[in-house]
Amino acid sequence: MSIGAGMKEQIRQIIGEHGGLSVAIETLDDGADLYQAGMTSHASVNVMIAVEDSFDIEFHDSMLKRSVFENVDSIAAAVAEVRGAAV
Amino acid sequence: MSVAAAADEDFLGSIRTIAADVAAVHADEIDREARFPLEAVDALREAGALSAFVPAALGGGGAGFESIATACFELGRACGATGMVFAMHQIQVVCIARHLDGSPWFEQYLREVAAEQRLIASITSEVGTGGDMGKSVAAVSEPVDGIASFEKQAPTVSYGGHADAFLTTVRRAPYAEGGDQVLVLSTKEQTELEPQGTWDPLGMRGTCSPGFVAKAEFPVEQVVSTPFSRISSESMTPVSHILWSHVWLGIATDAFDRSRAFVRAAAKRKPGEPLPAAIRLSELMSELSLLRAEVSLGLREFCDSAEDRPRLSEMATILRFNNLKIAASEQAPRVCQQALGVCGIVGYKNDTPFSVGRHLRDTMSACLMVANERIHKTDASLLLIAKEV
Repeated sequence: MSIGAGMKEQIRQIIGEHGGLSVAIETLDDGADLYQAGMTSHASVNVMIAVEDSFDIEFHDSMLKRSVFENVDSIAAAVAEVRGAAV
Repeated sequence: MSVAAAADEDFLGSIRTIAADVAAVHADEIDREARFPLEAVDALREAGALSAFVPAALGGGGAGFESIATACFELGRACGATGMVFAMHQIQVVCIARHLDGSPWFEQYLREVAAEQRLIASITSEVGTGGDMGKSVAAVSEPVDGIASFEKQAPTVSYGGHADAFLTTVRRAPYAEGGDQVLVLSTKEQTELEPQGTWDPLGMRGTCSPGFVAKAEFPVEQVVSTPFSRISSESMTPVSHILWSHVWLGIATDAFDRSRAFVRAAAKRKPGEPLPAAIRLSELMSELSLLRAEVSLGLREFCDSAEDRPRLSEMATILRFNNLKIAASEQAPRVCQQALGVCGIVGYKNDTPFSVGRHLRDTMSACLMVANERIHKTDASLLLIAKEV
């Protein structure tokens, strides 16, 4: 499964809703560090739950770590990886 | 026996001697006077124990992490405060050694730790963060000519007045978010500590941990390049929880030993007569074994994955080591209280060979060292998403 613009848009929306950023998600590019933009560990868990829910996937424990949820690109790669493994 | 194993045995041999001949001898006085365990720390310095974990190539002892944990247990068994000071210092050394990332400054500093037996304290807690170590108010200033500074209000700095250097968490820059932290090492010459209040606590009195306003000025190469969030999950948090819990296990084990000595003395006085305290001692042993099992397993799991750093960052692993801290910090005072139940009034009195009041008071600090409530809050959130825990 490739990473489409639609997927990233959906991820951005989730981050905007659950990430608790101190800036608007629109101002950040796909590689920008979300933690540096104010996302707390607690908020990152909410993002993870919402991503699982929204894409109807489950992240394996090895993917549930800070670095995987660092930016839009890394989250999209993780979603694609889980979907790819499921196909 | 390999060379490394022989070196570890030598190290532990000298730790056991210091525990018995120095730390245990001064434990009551240190507790009573709430003073720093200077004799024991001097003996540890003389034995080169402060650099036990520093790699041999940098002049240190090159001891394995398991030996450091065992040393914390042995020292805690003799004097809780000595064990905790040693444990906290080692946590700082482990963090620096595991995150050198080729920094010549930190490599040189570890050489100095070995050569001068420098004692490192940490300044992690901060007023205004609600006890969240993953957040800072204080920040590294914009460097001027390569020199930066910070000012941090710390509600407690263990052995702050006795340390040669400080490892402090601060925001990476004045504009950085609260969670965007780095570690800074500042020497005592670079750090001004203004004491806040007094130190007259219930237990762990010898750690001398009053509050301070810490101000430091330092060259920028003294900022650890790896972000603190990574150091925290890969090293500081698991290592702290393992070494602290070894100290608590040591204290609880000594409380058990005292209870056992009490029961044996009673049994000798009235041979053949039923002893209710003996049954309680047997119950106490099973409580102690639960504590020992959790602490040993935590150590083994860390040693198994110490070099699998991505794994240490997984939420399931973070939960595991958080749980070690919560479980051990609750079980250790439980063991000490039950030991008091075995010994009765002679355990309650502070001046008998069976006194366990200090042990109980010392272990009661465990649930406050990063408050369990705060850890539960983190865990509650992680449990929502982690799979195998």
